[in-house]
Amino acid sequence: MSEPVIGQRIRRVEDRPLLTGRGRFAADIDHPGQLHMRIVRSAVAHGHVRAIDAVAAKRLPGVVTVWTGTDVADVPPISFRMMRISGLEPFRQPILAQGIVRYVGEPIAVVFADDPYVAEDAEDLVTADIEPLAPYLDPTLEPPPFAPGLVAEAAVVRKEYGDLAAAFGGGARVLELGLAIARQSGVPIETRGALAHIDSSGVLRFEGAAKVPHQNQRALATMLGLALDRIHLHEGHVGGGFGIRGEIYPEDVLVCLGALRLNRPIKWIEDRREHLIAANQSRGQRHRVRVAFDERGFIRGLDAEFWVEQGGYIRSHGVTVIDLTAAMMPGPYVIPAFRAIGHVRLTNKTPAGTYRAPGRFEGSFVRERAIDAIAAALKLDPIEVRRVNLIGPERMPFKRGLDTLGTEIVYDSGNYPAFMDKALATFRLPDLKRSLAERRASGEMVGLGLGFFVEKSGLGPSDKVKMSLTPDGTIEVVCGSASLGQGIDTVLSQIAAEKLNVPIAAFRVRHGQTDLIDEGLGAYASRVTVMTGSAVSLAAPALAKKICAAAAPLLQRRPDELALVDGRIGQADNPAGPDITLAELARTLAAPLEVEARFESSHMSYPYGLHAAVVRIDAETGAVAIERFFVAYDVGRAVNPTLVEGQLVGGAAQGIGGALYEAFVWDDAGQPLAASFVDYLVPTALEIPPIETLVLEDAPSPINPLGVKGAGEGGISAAGAAIASAVDDALGNPGAITRLPIRPDDVRRHLRGR
Amino acid sequence: MTDKIAVTLRVNARDYRIEVEPRRTLADAIRTDCGLTGTHLGCEHGVCGACTVIVDGHAVRSCLMFAVQAEGSHIRTVEGLADGERLSPVQQAFHDHHALQCGFCTPGFLMLATAILEDNPRIGADDLRHALASNLCRCTGYHNIVIAVQAAAEKMR
Repeated sequence: MSEPVIGQRIRRVEDRPLLTGRGRFAADIDHPGQLHMRIVRSAVAHGHVRAIDAVAAKRLPGVVTVWTGTDVADVPPISFRMMRISGLEPFRQPILAQGIVRYVGEPIAVVFADDPYVAEDAEDLVTADIEPLAPYLDPTLEPPPFAPGLVAEAAVVRKEYGDLAAAFGGGARVLELGLAIARQSGVPIETRGALAHIDSSGVLRFEGAAKVPHQNQRALATMLGLALDRIHLHEGHVGGGFGIRGEIYPEDVLVCLGALRLNRPIKWIEDRREHLIAANQSRGQRHRVRVAFDERGFIRGLDAEFWVEQGGYIRSHGVTVIDLTAAMMPGPYVIPAFRAIGHVRLTNKTPAGTYRAPGRFEGSFVRERAIDAIAAALKLDPIEVRRVNLIGPERMPFKRGLDTLGTEIVYDSGNYPAFMDKALATFRLPDLKRSLAERRASGEMVGLGLGFFVEKSGLGPSDKVKMSLTPDGTIEVVCGSASLGQGIDTVLSQIAAEKLNVPIAAFRVRHGQTDLIDEGLGAYASRVTVMTGSAVSLAAPALAKKICAAAAPLLQRRPDELALVDGRIGQADNPAGPDITLAELARTLAAPLEVEARFESSHMSYPYGLHAAVVRIDAETGAVAIERFFVAYDVGRAVNPTLVEGQLVGGAAQGIGGALYEAFVWDDAGQPLAASFVDYLVPTALEIPPIETLVLEDAPSPINPLGVKGAGEGGISAAGAAIASAVDDALGNPGAITRLPIRPDDVRRHLRGR
Repeated sequence: MTDKIAVTLRVNARDYRIEVEPRRTLADAIRTDCGLTGTHLGCEHGVCGACTVIVDGHAVRSCLMFAVQAEGSHIRTVEGLADGERLSPVQQAFHDHHALQCGFCTPGFLMLATAILEDNPRIGADDLRHALASNLCRCTGYHNIVIAVQAAAEKMR
């Protein structure tokens, strides 16, 4: 038996092209004769489109055509990929505005030109006569009409269990909190991009696909009236996802339509301003939460109502974020009675979708603020209050009594109290607390805060992989997942290498190509290692069997006498006996040896973690600096600990951004005020301290063959909660922080009030 | 639109004779006219640094410079870092220390780090972090980038 591969800190197999400038991102692709597409966007947040004048734009040399809403009125609006609940259809977005605009940045016309600079010149020449309507910007206000017979509240999502009336009666202590999280988003450094062309066999080829290529193939085929074999999606290198990228947007449909109607390859690359006003945003929630508890701090009931700024339309996620916010809010605590009511309100802002840990960043902030408030009210240690409420290991698997994303929530494994003790001890938080108290006594404004959370991962229902030994001796793993930069080629290769007993260099992982495999759910919800990884682990033994069967006649042995050892096929019990390499065997094959395997799962797995932050406040400016940040996370089993840590650290950096810096802001007319990197503040190396991580494998998942849980989102989940708590501590004012991000002016207001 | 001007750009020790409008950015000229797509554009307003290249020894934002301004300068891009198959110390350190995830900001960081270390391989930790704060990365949380550049500095001293 050779060395284990799963669990090793193997350097990534996907790095070399990215290090040498040979990446193939969407903007790097060109086709002969291509046209460049440019979107004309609404400058008005809400209004009736009276007229659009494109005459001057069309006259500009190099411009092929300009379309407005009427030119694409036959194309249906963009439908829902997830969480399609009844009644949402009227709120879908058309690919170009149809008589009414609902946010600044909404596509109202599209230019096709032979040069990107000319396309942008032409965009400037298109004028729109839009009669402004009053914008609806505050989702806590009564929703106005959206369309005849409809108000701007698309849905109310309700989740509950237990006897709330009993929990709040019988002498319970009750606290009420009002909390808010600003609009934020993933903001990858690569903007969106899409290319479409018709190949020589008449198939529409879409490049720039990401995240969910197969799902989008089906959706685009339906919208464009194409058979599934007439459209294929292709993923190249992808410059970060974080939720926003890869969903179907108007621009994706327009490049396809351009290629079909103009019979020229079409290329569209978004600019940064467009990205910050047109790509999905997220968060943007206001919460009012009541919590009933007893003298020990045990939560008897939690009753939350929240309002979500959905923006102008319901996009492909349907009500995913609202559903997750409500369902994941109870987190690691028992909470015997619970209710959450989420209002989905269509404000005149950029439409919303998911952003890393959707609903959990928000819900963890709310829940952990409530725990801290209880501790303050009872003058108890917030850690002890958490301990009183944690679900005990004897109750695992734990049925939460709620569902989300169409699955019943069952926490599959975990020992939350033991985990907390381990995290506190490893990070030496009790010592840290003492030293911070000393620093506060000598006048420094420093504080410690923490947040405990449960994540979810590995959304099913299934994933299929094909694994084959190809004629050059390479083992190809084809899956319908996608890479957004997280390192899935490496992770899937590690799993395959260990299960097949073949060196990792023999593998080639292919993903994101709809013409290579007929199904795939893609990369979201921290699902790839769990779902695709499990499918790989099932495919490997089947391929090993086929390989041994093919080698048997060459080695004059029965297949069951043979085994794969370190990439060679030989006798299992006789290392000195005759053997053959994979490459030698491959050369004798008339066709590749191929197997398929599928992993199915009707439940998600639930990793969990703890974030802790040490902050320092500058008393003069109100600025908050993060001195230290800790992430402890039980991932079940880490296929590659370096990559798990990379996910956690990167997530934490985004969490720090969400806690202190990042906010999309609008003025009273609905004009976006954060439409550049000067105004939307992505943290730099100066704002992010070295993140200290503790990756644990104490609670492997019992519901997949590898025991793995997802790592993609646990770095960010409770970052806002932990930092808010730490700022409270530094201010010496429990409950001071009620909204994210915590801006210097908020801190200064509290400093003045001291 | 205006008439094109003939310009010779010297990129990675090779001359590219191109014709560009005066308004064409250096980044677009490198990517489109020279065909060197390793230099990326992340914001086109000089904040993210994905388009960082080295011009006459200085790390610059190629989105904030016009191609015509670069005539006569020596431009270096990510494509010029490796010596054949051998990665430069900075490239190798990024690989060794998992300093990239999606890889989109990576060319800009590699050029920034190369310029910093060529200027001063003994740069102090605080100054290095400050200099690396010139560019944005959304995946890594920066720590592994800092570690990688420190490791490369050791090799380059």
